[in-house]
Formats: sequence, structure tokens, C-alpha cells
Amino acid sequence: MKQLSTKVTSNGHGQDSSYFLGWEEYEKNPYDEIKNPDGMIQMGLAENQLCFDLIESWLAKNPDAASLKRNGQSIFKELALFQDYHGMPEFKKAMAEFMEEIRGNRVTFDPKNIVLAAGSTSANETLMFCLAEPGDAFLLPTPYYPGFDRDLKWRTGAEIVPIHCSSSNGFQITESALQQAYQQAHKLDLKVKGVLVTNPSNPLGTALTRRELNLLVDFITSKNIHLISDEIYSGTMFGFEQFISVMDVLKDKKLENTEVSKRVHVVYSLSKDLGLPGFRVGAIYSNDDMIVSAATKMSSFGLVSSQTQYLLSALLSDKKFTSQYLEENQKRLKSRQKRLVSGLESAGITCLRSNAGLFCWVDMRHLLDTNTFEAELDLWKKIVYNVKLNISPGSSCHCTEPGWFRVCFANMSEGTLDLALKRLKTFVESTDCGRMISRSSHERLKSLRKKTVSNWVFRVSWSDRVPDER
Amino acid sequence: MSLDKNLLSKLAVGDKHGEDSPYFDGWKAYDNNPFHPEHNPQGVIQMGLAENQLCSDLIKDWIKANPHASICTAEGIDGFSDIAVFQDYHGLKQFRQAIAAFMERARGGRVRFEEERVVMSGGATGANETLMFCLADRGDAFLVPTPYYAAFDRDLSWRTGVRIIPVECNSSNNFQVTKQALESAYLNAQETGIKIKGLILANPSNPLGTSLGRETLQTLMDFINDKQIHLVCDEIYAATVFAEPGFISVAEMIQEMDHVNRDLIHIVYSLSKDMGLPGFRVGVVYSYNDAVVTCARRMSSFGLVSSQTQSFLAAMLSDQSFVDNFLKEVSKRVAKRHLIFTEGLKEMGVSCLRSNAGLFVLMDLRQMLRDQTFESEMALWRIIIDKVKINISPGSSFHCSEPGWFRVCFANMDEDTLQTALQRMKSFVLRHRENKKKRKSFQENLKLSFSSKMYDEHVRSPRLLSPHSPLVRT
Repeated sequence: MKQLSTKVTSNGHGQDSSYFLGWEEYEKNPYDEIKNPDGMIQMGLAENQLCFDLIESWLAKNPDAASLKRNGQSIFKELALFQDYHGMPEFKKAMAEFMEEIRGNRVTFDPKNIVLAAGSTSANETLMFCLAEPGDAFLLPTPYYPGFDRDLKWRTGAEIVPIHCSSSNGFQITESALQQAYQQAHKLDLKVKGVLVTNPSNPLGTALTRRELNLLVDFITSKNIHLISDEIYSGTMFGFEQFISVMDVLKDKKLENTEVSKRVHVVYSLSKDLGLPGFRVGAIYSNDDMIVSAATKMSSFGLVSSQTQYLLSALLSDKKFTSQYLEENQKRLKSRQKRLVSGLESAGITCLRSNAGLFCWVDMRHLLDTNTFEAELDLWKKIVYNVKLNISPGSSCHCTEPGWFRVCFANMSEGTLDLALKRLKTFVESTDCGRMISRSSHERLKSLRKKTVSNWVFRVSWSDRVPDER
Repeated sequence: MSLDKNLLSKLAVGDKHGEDSPYFDGWKAYDNNPFHPEHNPQGVIQMGLAENQLCSDLIKDWIKANPHASICTAEGIDGFSDIAVFQDYHGLKQFRQAIAAFMERARGGRVRFEEERVVMSGGATGANETLMFCLADRGDAFLVPTPYYAAFDRDLSWRTGVRIIPVECNSSNNFQVTKQALESAYLNAQETGIKIKGLILANPSNPLGTSLGRETLQTLMDFINDKQIHLVCDEIYAATVFAEPGFISVAEMIQEMDHVNRDLIHIVYSLSKDMGLPGFRVGVVYSYNDAVVTCARRMSSFGLVSSQTQSFLAAMLSDQSFVDNFLKEVSKRVAKRHLIFTEGLKEMGVSCLRSNAGLFVLMDLRQMLRDQTFESEMALWRIIIDKVKINISPGSSFHCSEPGWFRVCFANMDEDTLQTALQRMKSFVLRHRENKKKRKSFQENLKLSFSSKMYDEHVRSPRLLSPHSPLVRT
């Protein structure tokens, strides 16, 4: 094996993690309403399958885009040959405007500062190659998307140092946690090059508060490091609050066109908001020319297929479609999330209150035998193998507290979601905790609701006391 | 104001991407003043881009006749949602099967490719980089015969930190790679403590336009097997072979030479050249080593093929009669273009390296150099770009060890444009010959009488008095 690189022989790809093992179990026995009703239901996949009908009906009304034509003339040859790594100008313009629309047109994105990539997977890795040497570190708040271990570290040699967040304040980022992480990196002799956050967060399903965003911008300003804001779920915000982007904060702090703004970068993708992960559309947005230039050259390793660029530039340029889509998408996500949350509640399970994303961060601490990760893994195995639900254990997201699970709700039909909830309820009722519930369900639910309300109250009071800005 | 460079990685601020090379100046000249038969007939003709524009009509016709192949048309829309969510890095099974079948047919059905070994990548660019990540660590090296594709410097080395050790080939034997050259390069590397992990080359070759003969392939396979190092064969021009000895893939050689360790053999493929679809970003890593297949597949997350494209190609490449006809036509049309161009050059006394494949020829302009140096090569190249207005690629950008060779592409334009290019070349070559004669005779006459000739030469060739006239310098 010494003939191969260490990347082959090590497990830096991270795919031995439970996050991926659950997927593998699902592949062996996938649920199908008719063909395999007892199969495993996939709740570990953050996909948005709620709005295909809107895209399909747009395609039916726009045959030119659908069949690679422009004004009735085939442009197949032009598309077949188009491999300019600057990307299609009309596509980047449409992407920029779509990103602006999601942010209420409060901020502007210059298409020239957009670099296309093969999904946000590639965008994140490319940014690491541009900002960090092997051995440099980026700080990430926990819990975080398990794929980051691969995307940020594997081939780049960069390191991740966690910013520990806890349920005591709804997993929000605090100043002391940031400083602690920074010190920890120094103890490990790692040079910190920046902070990377996902906003809205995966796996929490919450958008960062203005307080947290201000904290982050102040922090990277004082430490002279970068801030990467992975905003791929920005279009899934369904709470009553509006999405606050790091670009909003730069504007509000009057930091646009300053040196600090050149250290703030946004990653975007159409995989979550539009539900098109198969099309591999990612983007880096940076205010720094050198980074745009270097990342553009690196995009050669993962350009977006020209036929996909063409199709989507037509789709996203249709403003009537995009505004209708964003509104409807949010509505459907909200309704789905409510269905999951109330279904879980009836099983005596609460979630972190969420306002975005395609999943909930579910609190199953009360179902653990002991407050340990071993117990979490045991519970997870029962849920995967006995209840036949693939959900993601918090440990795979580097959560510091055992008992939290990410459960997705937007990648299945309503009927399937109801069935999953039914199975879970049955399982919970069969455990000791469940028996407690059935014995004094009223008491239990009351105390659970109180717990939920307390979390809410705590989060609101922690913020700027202006509910809109949550 | 820009960021402090210390805040960025060395990769970001350095120039190891290779794009500051003069190779790209030609492109810039073209971008600033592109030829168009009606709108800009005096513009620069692009002959530096190895694109295959000869068979797009065949694909267009197929698309028209097969609307179900697109997930966006009324006939194909039922597949839209399944394809739109499909991001499994194994790729669509039908796509892998179709690619394997296409690769087999491009090799005359003489080999079998297993679809489980077909791994996607972001074009051959992504495939080559991925293989380096899998086969070598930072600081390790790969042998590459010269001249080689200019962007290998970026694709193989830039982000991987893998070194390229050139294996010099020269025109005395038509740039064929020899056992001696390989052994010598290997030994030198060893002596300086460099760890060679393998050998990588393109077959058919870019920029030579030649495919490897059986004997050379045997030599290569024996060499890597003896050293137990990897062999990566970039076969992206496989279907462009139009003459003897035909295309012999390393996949065929494996069948014949079963003493060779298969774990060392890897193929890179793409649809960018054979099918003329560079925009669709379809690259393939095909390895006979299971661990490499697994790792490359995980890495393909960084450059998967759009599922929309996978689905379309799965349908088109499963159409056997389309594929067979297409492959036949590619070879025929490339042969025709090659003939027109090489005959055209021959008429003006310009020869090329004898070739049987590729979308270009390696033109021999050594006679036109002032002296056999790379400075002269660059000077000649600048004239060709600035005055003749043709963008061609100087041999130095391909790390050629001998000055005077230029790669010229012929398949990325229509026939009329090719003829225009030939006309311009002809005028230039004839003028150059004229001037050379005049200079020679001037130099001879100079010995007779210096002062009286000053007047005459001013009348005969005023440009001599202008030391800055580029034509004079050559």
C-alpha cells in the first residue's frame, strides 16, 4: 500500500463516520410505499423535494431553455464548446440577482466576484486551498456538517478547531467560546486563518442572530483572519424573521469596501434552496480580487456543466418565477417542519426551535441510558436497525453533548413522514421513558412543554430583544 | 487596496498555476481581436485551441430525434425530479454503462471496460489531478515525456505538490520515448533523493498528434513494472486516430502482458476531445486498482458530472448505431482536415511531424528561426501572433527540448477559416523566404563595398534600417 498516497490509506475522507454508515444501511433496505413498506425511511438526507412541481411547470412553459435553444435557434454547439472558467456571464448575473433577492435586495452581489464551483463541496475546498496552508486551522462552531471534515481538511491538509456551543443557550456562538477555540488552536501550535460558519446552520436549522454575526465580524477584524459564511440554506428560512446574511452586517457596520470586507466570503449553492443537488452548482463570493482570481483558476477542476448553466440562467432570470418559488418554498418548508415538530411532541420529544433548513435538531437526551456518546450510539443503532429510520447522531456532527439527532423532513412525502413519526412514537412508548409518558403523559408533556418554552424564552432574551432579528 | 498577501495561501498568490506563461498571451491576443469571416476578417485566427468542432451536427441531429433524452422536455420531464436530486458519487448506473461501452467501441471492441471502475471527475483536468492525489504525496514525483500538454503543470502539480520530472524526447526519432531516456531520468531523480511514484503520458500525444506503437507500449509497461511504479495513460484523443498503427490502448496491452501488475495501471478519459463536448465536463478515472477506484470515487465529490448531463449522455451513448457511426465519422473528418492542412503547409515548404491522431499537428519551423534558441522561437511566435494574426502554440510551452516546433490546431474552425489561415501562413512564409534571401545576399555583398551599398540597400530593403522591424530580426 506504500505505492498509494496517504490520502488513500488514511481515513481523512471521513466516510467511516456513522453519518455515512446510516446511508449505507438505507441503501441496503430502502423504504418504498408499495414495494418495501417495512424498509428504512431516509431521514438523514438534507434534500429539498418539496417544490419540483414548480420547476417542472416552468420548464413546460419555457421550451427554449429546456431544449438548449435561444430565440428558437439551437445553441447546442455553443454550449458544447463553452468551457471558460469564468462561467457564463448571464448565469452569474442570474445567480447574483437570486442571492440578492433572498436577502431582500438589501445587499448587492457583483457577478464578477462570483466563482462557480461543482457544488458547495468544491467551493468550500477551493476556499481552503486559497486561504490556508497545510497545517493551518479554521475555527468552526459545533455541531457542524459532517462533510466538512472531508471538504475542508482531506486534500488541503488544513485543520478544524471546534468552537464549542452548547444547549444551555440554544447552541449559539459566544465570545468566550470563540476565544477559547482560538487559544486551543495556539496550544496545538496551529495558525488560525479564519472562522467558517454555516448560516442558516446545518444541523441546527437556525439562522445566526445579529448578535452572533456582529460578534463574528468583530472577532475576525481584531484577529485579522477570514470569515467564510456558508449560506447554502439561505433560501430555506421559513420563520417569521428574515434572513440576516454576513453581507447585511458588513453593510450595517459600514464595512463595505474596507479591508475587512475582503476577508469575508460567502459560499452558495442551488442544492438546498432549489433542490437541485444533482446539477452540482456551487459558488464562492469574495470581495478580494486575488481570491476571485485564484479560485477561478482552481474551478477548472470542477466547472459547472454548460448545459446546466444555460438552463438555470434562464430559470433564475425569470423574476416572476423566483419570487413565487421562494415564497412557496418557504411556506411548504414551514408546514413540513410543523408537522415533524408536532409529531415528535406527541411522542414526548422536543426539538431546538428552528426557523430554517431542511431538518430539525432533535433532543433525545431523555431516551439515553446514560449521558454518554456510547449511549447515543446505542440509541442510534436501535433507531436505525429496529425502528428503521436513518437519522444522524449528534456525535457525527461533533456535538459536545450526547443525545441530539438531526432529523430531515423535506426529502419525503407527507405520508412517509407520518409513518416515520408513527414508528418513532411506537418505539418511544416501548422504552422506559415511553412507559413513563403513558403513565403520566399529561405531567410529562407539561414539563416538556415548559422546557421548550424556557428554551424559547432564553433564546429571545439572549438576542437583541427585537424578535424580528432572530 | 488589496489584502495583505500573507493572509492568503501560497497557492493563491503564487504562479504555479502556470497561467502567466506566454502560452496564454496568444489566447489574450485572440480574445482582444477574434477573427470572424464577416465581422472581423482581419482578426486573429484561433489555432491554439484543441477543440473538435467537426461532428457537432451528428449530435444535434440525434438530440432532435430523441427529445426524451433531456429531462427538461415534455418527453423527458417525468425523470426530472429523480435526476435533479441524484448526487450519488457512484454516478448513474446507465451513465457508467454507456461510458464503458463508448470507451470499448473507441478501441474497436478489442477490450472490455467494467462500469464499476468508471469514476467521474471534472473533465480530464479533474481526473489527472485526482489520480495524483491518490498515487502520490506532496514532494513525490511523476515522470512525463516531453513535449507534454502545457496544463499538466497545473493539473498534476499545482494543488497536489507533486513534482514533474521531464523525460526528454527529441526529433531525431520523432520524439518517441525511449527506454534509455526513462532509465536516465529515473536514475537522476533517485540520485537527488526524489521519489518517483509513476509515469504519466498522453496517448495519443498532445502536442505530437501521434499514437504509441506496440513496441513502445511494451517498453513502457516493462519499465513501470520493473520499477513497480504507476502508469497513467491519458487517452482522451483515442477516437481521433485516423491512420496506422491505429489506436492501441494500455487496456489492450494489459491483456497481452499479464505479468504486469494491474494495480499500477490507470486510464484517464474524457468526452471533451473525441466528442467535442468540453463544456459538459465529463472526465473519467478508470483504474485497475481497487483502492484507487474507491478513493478516486470519494474524491469525485469535488467534481461530479451534472446529473442532467449524465442522464443525457446515458441515453445518447447507449445508442449503439449512433456511437458506431459517430466514431467512424470522427476519424474520417479528422483525417480529412489533417490532410488539407498538412498538404497546404507542404505546398509552401513547411513540414510537420508525421502524425496519425489528435486535433493538431506539430509544425516544423526550425528553418525560420534566426538561431536555434528559444528566444528566437518566442520572437517568431510573437510575429506570427501580431503580424500573421494566427494564434499557435510554441513548443517551449510544451517543454519541448528543441526550439522551432509549433502546435497548430485544425479542428476548431470551418474549412474556409482554415484556408484563410493557410493563405496567411503562405504569405508569411514566402515573405520570410524572400527576406532571408535578400539578407543573405546583402551579407555577401557587404564584403565588397560597404559605403556604396548603403544607398542601394536603403532602396532595396528599407526595413534593414529599422532595427525594430520584427521581420528583420528573424
